[in-house]
Amino acid sequence: MQLSMAVHKSFESFSLSTDFTVSGDRVGIFGSSGSGKSTLVSMLAGLVEPDSGEITLDGDCLFSSEKGINRRPEQRRIAIVFQQHCLFPHLSVKNNLLYGFKRCPEQYRSIDVDALVAVLKLEGLLGRGVTNLSGGEKQRVALGRAILANPRLLLMDEPLSALDDALRFQIIPYLKSVSEQFGIPYLFISHSLVEMRLMTDTVLAFAKGALVEQTTSEQLARNRMDTSPVGYINLLKLGAPSPADGLCSYPWGAAHLLISACSERTCSMAELSSKDIILFKQHPEAISARNLLQCRVRSLFNSGRKIGIELECAGNTLIAEVVQDAVNELGIVPGNTIYAAIKASAFRLLPG
Amino acid sequence: MLHLSPTDYDAIRLSLQVAFAATLLSLPFGFATAYLITFVTFRGKMLVEVLVNLPLTLPPVVVGYFLLLLLGKHGLLGSLLNDAGIRLIFTLKAAVIASAVVGFPLLVRSLRIGMEGIDPQLINASRTLGAPWYDALGTVILPLSLPGLIAGSSLMFARSLGEFGATIIVAGNIPGVTQTIPLAIYEYASSPSSETMALSLCLVAVVISMVVLFLHELMAKKMARRG
Repeated sequence: MQLSMAVHKSFESFSLSTDFTVSGDRVGIFGSSGSGKSTLVSMLAGLVEPDSGEITLDGDCLFSSEKGINRRPEQRRIAIVFQQHCLFPHLSVKNNLLYGFKRCPEQYRSIDVDALVAVLKLEGLLGRGVTNLSGGEKQRVALGRAILANPRLLLMDEPLSALDDALRFQIIPYLKSVSEQFGIPYLFISHSLVEMRLMTDTVLAFAKGALVEQTTSEQLARNRMDTSPVGYINLLKLGAPSPADGLCSYPWGAAHLLISACSERTCSMAELSSKDIILFKQHPEAISARNLLQCRVRSLFNSGRKIGIELECAGNTLIAEVVQDAVNELGIVPGNTIYAAIKASAFRLLPG
Repeated sequence: MLHLSPTDYDAIRLSLQVAFAATLLSLPFGFATAYLITFVTFRGKMLVEVLVNLPLTLPPVVVGYFLLLLLGKHGLLGSLLNDAGIRLIFTLKAAVIASAVVGFPLLVRSLRIGMEGIDPQLINASRTLGAPWYDALGTVILPLSLPGLIAGSSLMFARSLGEFGATIIVAGNIPGVTQTIPLAIYEYASSPSSETMALSLCLVAVVISMVVLFLHELMAKKMARRG
């Protein structure tokens, strides 16, 4: 997918001006509320008309104020998964799913309804109304409905923000697998750096109606480490746990991590903030933190007033954050060996 | 015991005919007006809103008089219709038009409340799923406006059954032709010996109104269960 947008839109108290070209099948739009994300999505989908400019998707002009082109939403083949799912309350799950499919011209219909229903595990819900579905089920139906419209681009407008943590991490695999399996590129809109890293490769960061950064999702998380209240979130893939002194021991690469929370799953994911890692120059004599890892400093990077330290620990990567004085005191340079201490309670197991 | 004369039966039949016809006639216009006011931004929208609601605040007799000026033999529209051989004044059609005009704001108000309750994102969703605006209108807005449509139709029907002021001006009070229940009651009330007859027709009006309201409640409950 290649998208070019050079548009301007003014409202009474807000205006958006942007000019970018982005390629890739997993693109993110990042920004806090009021940054212009939703306006951008609405203009791309044809729901809001820009005051001026041009929008081109894969060489096809969707809007051009100069040429007087403004394709209607139904002509753009850009489907949206909305934050509040926006299912039609008067239709059954099946009829919601088929709404876009029935309206899709025959030549574009490439997705098999039964296959999608199976991937989204919606078989048992088809005959039901949508009002009594759980939040996760509703979002799965909304995703299925958008995919079945056979769009050439899928816009996911904060599809996870209305869900609680447990549901959020249940839905993410569906969002990823469905668009990958059916070959539909997507634009994922969110204000969460973690979601950006899980869902996207390239990210366009917006603030106050303007594009402020175009980078990779990983780089964005590193750049925002200083300003984010939770720092940089390390995402750790863990193996099956075993009990250990009132805690749980999880295989993590070549090491084992002691974590307060225990999971029954054979494979878990945990979050660890860069703020929760304490670095030692030498092996400490005694320490209360239950995890002490010998790591190698791979690189250092700046993030505002903080310095990010990329560590290689037991074959895995960890990002820790320190201030410049600590870098000087510990003599941190790439290639050095350093010890990282982490409390067992600092990890947060992700549901789903 | 009800004492109903053949003329009373005619009045009941005509009342029902007028109410049905006025409601059915107003539905498409009411729906279009409510849609315009709710979903379309245009210059002079406030003026349209005021004009739509005007019959609600004006005395029905005034509405009737304006209709008489418009549809009369020498009226703006009436003269044209007269040339085409169509006469409206003092016919049942005039009674239908009078009821439709007076009840129209009630229909539009209910429909508008129903439409305002529709999440605009649902319409956006339908458009991005490939539905042109008229498709979204038929498959999203219309079904979701049904509670408002039912409420508005019931109110309008009930209002039409009771319409008096505008009707007597444009349709007169001709037994068997334009005399509806309220007009018949008015005639009975003017004559001292017809109290029982007036009361009988009043009871019929009460029964019809109650049936309409019951039906409305039943349908509203059914819709709520489905929703």
